[in-house]
Amino acid sequence: MLKRNQLVLGNKSLKDVTDDICAPIERVPSKEWMGLFLSAKTLFIFYIITIAMVVSTGMGLLGVNHPVAWGTMIITFVFWVGIGHAGTLISAILFLFRQKWRTSVARTAEAMTVFAVATAGIFPLIHTGRPWLDFWLFPYPNQRGPLWVNFRSPLLWDVFAVSTYATVSSVFWIVGMIPDLATVRDRAVNKVRKTIYGILSMGWRGTAKQWSHFEMIYLVLAGLSTPLVLSVHTIVSFDFAVSGLPGWHTTIFPPYFVAGAIFSGFAMVITLMSLIRIGFPQFKDYITIDHMEVMNKIIMMTGLMVGYAYGSEFLIAWYSGNDYERYVFMNRAMGPYAWSYWIMIFCNVVAPQVFWFKKLRRSIPVMFVVSIFVNIGMWFERFVITVTSLHRDFLPSNWGQYAWSIYDTCILVGSFGMFFTIFLLYLRVLPAISIAEVKPVLNVGRDDEGQDGHAHGKGH
Amino acid sequence: MGKKRVIGGIAGIFLDETTTIKAATHVRESGFSKFEAITPYPVHGMEEACGIKRSPIPYVTFGAGVVGLLAGLALTYYTSAIDWPINVGGKPMFSLPAFVPILFELTILFAALSSVGAFFYLCGIPKVDPPIIDKDLSCHKFAIFIPENDVGYSADRAEKMLKELGAVEVKKVAEF
Repeated sequence: MLKRNQLVLGNKSLKDVTDDICAPIERVPSKEWMGLFLSAKTLFIFYIITIAMVVSTGMGLLGVNHPVAWGTMIITFVFWVGIGHAGTLISAILFLFRQKWRTSVARTAEAMTVFAVATAGIFPLIHTGRPWLDFWLFPYPNQRGPLWVNFRSPLLWDVFAVSTYATVSSVFWIVGMIPDLATVRDRAVNKVRKTIYGILSMGWRGTAKQWSHFEMIYLVLAGLSTPLVLSVHTIVSFDFAVSGLPGWHTTIFPPYFVAGAIFSGFAMVITLMSLIRIGFPQFKDYITIDHMEVMNKIIMMTGLMVGYAYGSEFLIAWYSGNDYERYVFMNRAMGPYAWSYWIMIFCNVVAPQVFWFKKLRRSIPVMFVVSIFVNIGMWFERFVITVTSLHRDFLPSNWGQYAWSIYDTCILVGSFGMFFTIFLLYLRVLPAISIAEVKPVLNVGRDDEGQDGHAHGKGH
Repeated sequence: MGKKRVIGGIAGIFLDETTTIKAATHVRESGFSKFEAITPYPVHGMEEACGIKRSPIPYVTFGAGVVGLLAGLALTYYTSAIDWPINVGGKPMFSLPAFVPILFELTILFAALSSVGAFFYLCGIPKVDPPIIDKDLSCHKFAIFIPENDVGYSADRAEKMLKELGAVEVKKVAEF
């Protein structure tokens, strides 16, 4: 019989687990963390200034214009929302499939989801051009008629999908953290920390009744998040697919977008986890090479699915016999934006193929580089979809190029500042690995030292 | 939970989950019904040992989901077909297929938030400053607490029983 590898290395006791995971919260931050945080924060401030300039001057600062009316804002929005998907996949879908390895990466992946969705949410709000009127996106009784929102528009579906997703994934993340916050509260040595974590943990005590309800709410939220996460990128893809534009108007878009979202999200998880393993060496026992390998397999699989979608789109463009459709795809691969198309193909289809080799799949430097490639590739995928379809549509008199401006670059780069600032703060103030979820799987794969017979029945 | 009256009792501290489960089973079989087992993580089999019924949260989830669905239906129908009907691309005023995403998202939103509300209510949280029997109960220790208002309670009996069951420490708790 195949032996299961240990999920947690180093023969930890229950107390060791608590100590290891709480350590980053309870000590003075390291110089490396301070360095990273200050850089991220500087970038974040730069981002805020850029947004202030774009909002106060107007959308004209960005490159969007006729015919390319959707640009950086929409591309980067889809990019960040996509990244968010891996977190919910790990915390909800893998939970329903009883994948025990998810326990040590779930918390951070889910935090990544919440922060990525927060980062994403800003883009469409600015894209409206008059962000101070963004409350018009929601249906509420008003004095303009009342003039209601158009429920037949995919853009409105997106408002509902993204705001529901942001709400439910934040709630899922926070509820899952309550017992761990209680652990931090009970360990607190000073009054300030005790008060803050006391408030955050809401008076959790860990009685059997509470755990019984906790496990049920976790299951219920996982069950609700699973269709939700699949619906979100489906609806994001409707923003494109429901229109009549060649290159957008295809039925493969929903599954293709969802696969791409999981692909990019796992790449971001690998990027972040590689960095966390460097920054907090004690986490190496929890986020092991085995965990990274499993995620690399998922990256490879979803990468192949995305590659299949690229091929399928071409096939259908040819097979449909529609001249406009054919032209769009030939133009993608050989037109003025061919460079972006081939960057996308290289990063998303070629680069992940290194994971066929076990040695490369288990090498941190290799997976870090590949994950960066995938992140770049997935941003370019959205660039290719958005820009190449818009810039040459049915009438040649309606053709043009995307006038990329320096502000587009600043907004794109700056958004990473926002994401990393929040993420680095999270690593310092909240338990980055789920303490209460890791403890029950401590014995998985551990067969020596006469552990009790519950080893395989534990976990939930 | 939720009562203002201060209830004390006896708590036994245990060091591993197997002993705690056995102890909980024994305590329940000895006739106690209001006792509590406190663990740092969800322990498999503890519900059976303590005789805890299945959590009613899923009923709330289903009910709230149905309400969310109907609310979405009412919202889209009222706004698109009654209050301000607008002809969009010749579609019917009440164009149900186009409303499905809205109905779906509202179903999920209502179900999720109401379930969390039910979870908070059932767990008796948020609670300000709950008394803590031992700081290590959220780290690596386990406890069984027998309140003084339980059937057939006597401090000596409870203390003796918990010790026999393998408690490494027995504490008098003034407030639970």
